[in-house]
Amino acid sequence: MTWEIVIGLETHAQLRTNSKIFSGASIAFGATPNVQACAVDLALPGVLPVLNKAAVECAIRFGLAIGAEIAPRSVFARKNYFYPDLPKGYQISQFELPVVKGGELTILVATGKPGTQAYEKTVHLTRAHLEEDAGKSLHEDFHGKTGIDLNRAGTPLLEIVTEPDMCSAAEAVAYAKALHALVRWVGICDGNMQEGSFRCDANVSVRRPGEPLGTRREIKNLNSFRFLQQAIEYEVKWQIETLEDGGSIHQATVLFDPATGQTRSMRSKEDAQDYRYFPDPDLLPLEIAPTWIASVKTAMPELPGEMRARFERDYGLSAYDAVALTASREIAQYFEDCLAAAGKANSKTCANWIMGDLAARLNKDGREIGEAPVSATQLAGLVLRIADNTISNKLGKDVFDALWNGEGSNADAVIEAKGLKQITDSGAIEKLIDEVLAANPKSVEEFRAGKEKAFNALVGQAMKATKGKANPQQVNELLRKKLTG
Amino acid sequence: MNLQPTQASLTELAGALASKTISSVELTTLFLDRCEKLNPLLNAFITLDRTATLAEARAADARLASGETGPLLGIPLAYKDIFCMQGWLTTCGSKMLANFVSPYDAHVVEQFKKAGMVTLGKCNMDEFAMGSSTENSFYGPARNPWDTRRVAGGSSGGSAVAIAARLAPAAVGTDTGGSIRQPAALCGLTGIKPTYGVVSRYGMIAYASSLDQGGPLAKSAQDCALLLNAMAGFDARDSTSLARPAEDYCRNLEQPLTGIRIGLPKEFFAQGMSDDVRAAVAAALAEYRKLGAQTVEISLPNSGLSVPAYYVIAPAEASSNLSRFDGVRYGYRAPDYTDLSDMYCKTRAQGFGAEVKRRILIGTYVLSHGYYDAYYLQAQKIRRLIADDFRAAFRQCDVIASPTTPGVAFEIGAKSDDPVQMYLSDIYTTSANLAGLPGISLPCGFGAGSMPVGLQLLGNYFDEARMLNLAHRYQQATDWHLRTPEGLSI
Repeated sequence: MTWEIVIGLETHAQLRTNSKIFSGASIAFGATPNVQACAVDLALPGVLPVLNKAAVECAIRFGLAIGAEIAPRSVFARKNYFYPDLPKGYQISQFELPVVKGGELTILVATGKPGTQAYEKTVHLTRAHLEEDAGKSLHEDFHGKTGIDLNRAGTPLLEIVTEPDMCSAAEAVAYAKALHALVRWVGICDGNMQEGSFRCDANVSVRRPGEPLGTRREIKNLNSFRFLQQAIEYEVKWQIETLEDGGSIHQATVLFDPATGQTRSMRSKEDAQDYRYFPDPDLLPLEIAPTWIASVKTAMPELPGEMRARFERDYGLSAYDAVALTASREIAQYFEDCLAAAGKANSKTCANWIMGDLAARLNKDGREIGEAPVSATQLAGLVLRIADNTISNKLGKDVFDALWNGEGSNADAVIEAKGLKQITDSGAIEKLIDEVLAANPKSVEEFRAGKEKAFNALVGQAMKATKGKANPQQVNELLRKKLTG
Repeated sequence: MNLQPTQASLTELAGALASKTISSVELTTLFLDRCEKLNPLLNAFITLDRTATLAEARAADARLASGETGPLLGIPLAYKDIFCMQGWLTTCGSKMLANFVSPYDAHVVEQFKKAGMVTLGKCNMDEFAMGSSTENSFYGPARNPWDTRRVAGGSSGGSAVAIAARLAPAAVGTDTGGSIRQPAALCGLTGIKPTYGVVSRYGMIAYASSLDQGGPLAKSAQDCALLLNAMAGFDARDSTSLARPAEDYCRNLEQPLTGIRIGLPKEFFAQGMSDDVRAAVAAALAEYRKLGAQTVEISLPNSGLSVPAYYVIAPAEASSNLSRFDGVRYGYRAPDYTDLSDMYCKTRAQGFGAEVKRRILIGTYVLSHGYYDAYYLQAQKIRRLIADDFRAAFRQCDVIASPTTPGVAFEIGAKSDDPVQMYLSDIYTTSANLAGLPGISLPCGFGAGSMPVGLQLLGNYFDEARMLNLAHRYQQATDWHLRTPEGLSI
């Protein structure tokens, strides 16, 4: 019998504001412990929170980006619990009335199985709400004591909650990546997962088809896509095995241990705290006027979904290519700049270069596309020379490397300097082939005896003799003509 | 000019300072001497610091010498120990904060420092402002100067005692359910709780955030108006602070009362008040009619629910507000503990007094899963009904009069074992906090044991100036506010 997997994600995206959500302290990462904690963050007696308008604007941008309702009135509530890195003894969050309601995100899911197509899926969002982060408890280096760093306390977060719409780890990862790209795209989160700016909790349950939802367990604080994938896969396997062994699943919060690849229970529902949520009397309800939403809307960039559809429609790209080229605003901009110089006819070649050689080199050097030594215009110049047969695609890679290493200001200069111009004069190629045939009688004999491999060896010799500059197609055609004609 | 500094109004003191009849240092020293002499008896102050106080007085004298003038410049002021003040111990009447020296000034403190007032000291109060008698102070009860066996009221009891005993010309308190008006009444003073949002709560240690409001206590309505001028005003650090144009609360003091309609809620006058209080209030109302006002009967049908609603909402907010006192960052921490949970438990068990613990427990209970709807949400609905009652009432009248308290000051210890009886002392005062309305208490005679009786006037939102006008005209026609307890000269 089969099992259905049901996954919902809760993502905490740290908002790119200058200061904290309820105080004026900086949120810059990596400062000396506690120097970025002001009186409000320390929860001194008598201090009060004041909402940061920039954080609200981030929530509005996000709501617009997912087609959600921006609540005209939302309410901040206190979530009460004691912990040393929670200075007030409560976290200010939103509970009954969140700032963003509904919305959806369309994702492209790669199946990971050869020969099968990636498929599209729409993930529905339940809500997104504003809240403050807690500080950090440091259990190492204090010899049996715990250190508290409150620099992070009060950092603005947007908690983004999905419906239980995802059916596999692959879908969850595809959603998380799409969301990660989106929050960066609209400029509300730097997406830095190592620094904790974007972290996911996964609610996972399994059920028999047609049956009601199973009991879920929540995997907390997954801060890489790989861990998200591994944790869900392990958890699903564990739940199915438990149920098939006749056991039952109890609602619980679990942690993923990257070292073992396993999840382990942190607390069960029975130990669940009663957070005693109630509206924070220190903060008035948040009212967002339609005019504010309208003004944020006018400043929104073209969204990745819209851009992706445009790339498919106007440039004839596949869904896969269009998704890859809209992975970030910088990549999309590079592609569009490249196309502006190379022309729409070369869109597929441009796309291939960007997703292929350029991406590989960037990845190898650990650089962002904005720091690529080969500019979009330079790449376009190269694409044009391949398109007009000045150089072969293979030599194009040499030109690309030369441009990357700063050996020329543009493709033409590199081609000229290195003498890479393709030989397309059929007279010259014919003469070359005659020389190759004369020099390799053994291969000629083998070919005539039916060994197709020998033909390739002869092509290779011809290409080698011209240092790869001969037009490979012409070489092929003329050689075959000579041998069979 | 024959100045009697302990009896003088703030206006007279300001005049004497401006004319160099007396210096701020001289005036302050005079009050400091009285404080140091009488505080052991009255327990009005938690902290007195002669050095720091005189430094402020010298600074005020320098400002006066430079030609600066101001209605409050150089006059000493006592603060309820709920206001954070840089460099001063700020205990909130609790063992929990017995070692807490504030690194910053409350908005109210900043305002008074700007105005040039001199900090005389930090006054005794019920722990975290929870109480109606100042018996819940970690530092022991403040004593009523009219009879030192009796309570001073609370929670701003120390502030009231300081003025009534003429240890300070004026003081600041806070009022969450009557904590300014009630001690003002029991000590024969004038005290006003402004409309919620008029005075910034920044730096005022929170008890119940949606009810807390700072305000002045003084000998007269006129003094209160001058103090309120300095205290009131928008502060961006308090999101519930109201951005309104500044107003002069003295502007209407002298207006005649002709045509003013004073509403008398039948529910308040039906029962519950003692005869001496009833008689004093009736005489005050007769005086108002003589001054041209008329009295009309009104109804506040839900007023009987205000104390129950208050004792759900205030503890609910308090249970959360007081979570920050956990022994981690400042304040008291239990000396011995085995782990984190034990540290929390022992710190809070040892650091908080019985009444604070009781309210934290009540508040935690009413916010708990399964009880929230029945208690907290229900109390919020009642709160709206109470506000609606007032809205309807103010269509029939301009102000609402009642006693401030059902009886005069009781003896220390008399109600300590019966919290419900104690809570009923707030029966006339809590509804103003629940509705966010301004309320003033002014002395209107004496009752049993020759103890002062207070008249409460409640006004519509932002009607402080009119309430001060009513109180001032009454004080021009009577002398209750000028009476002083005997036997406190030094």
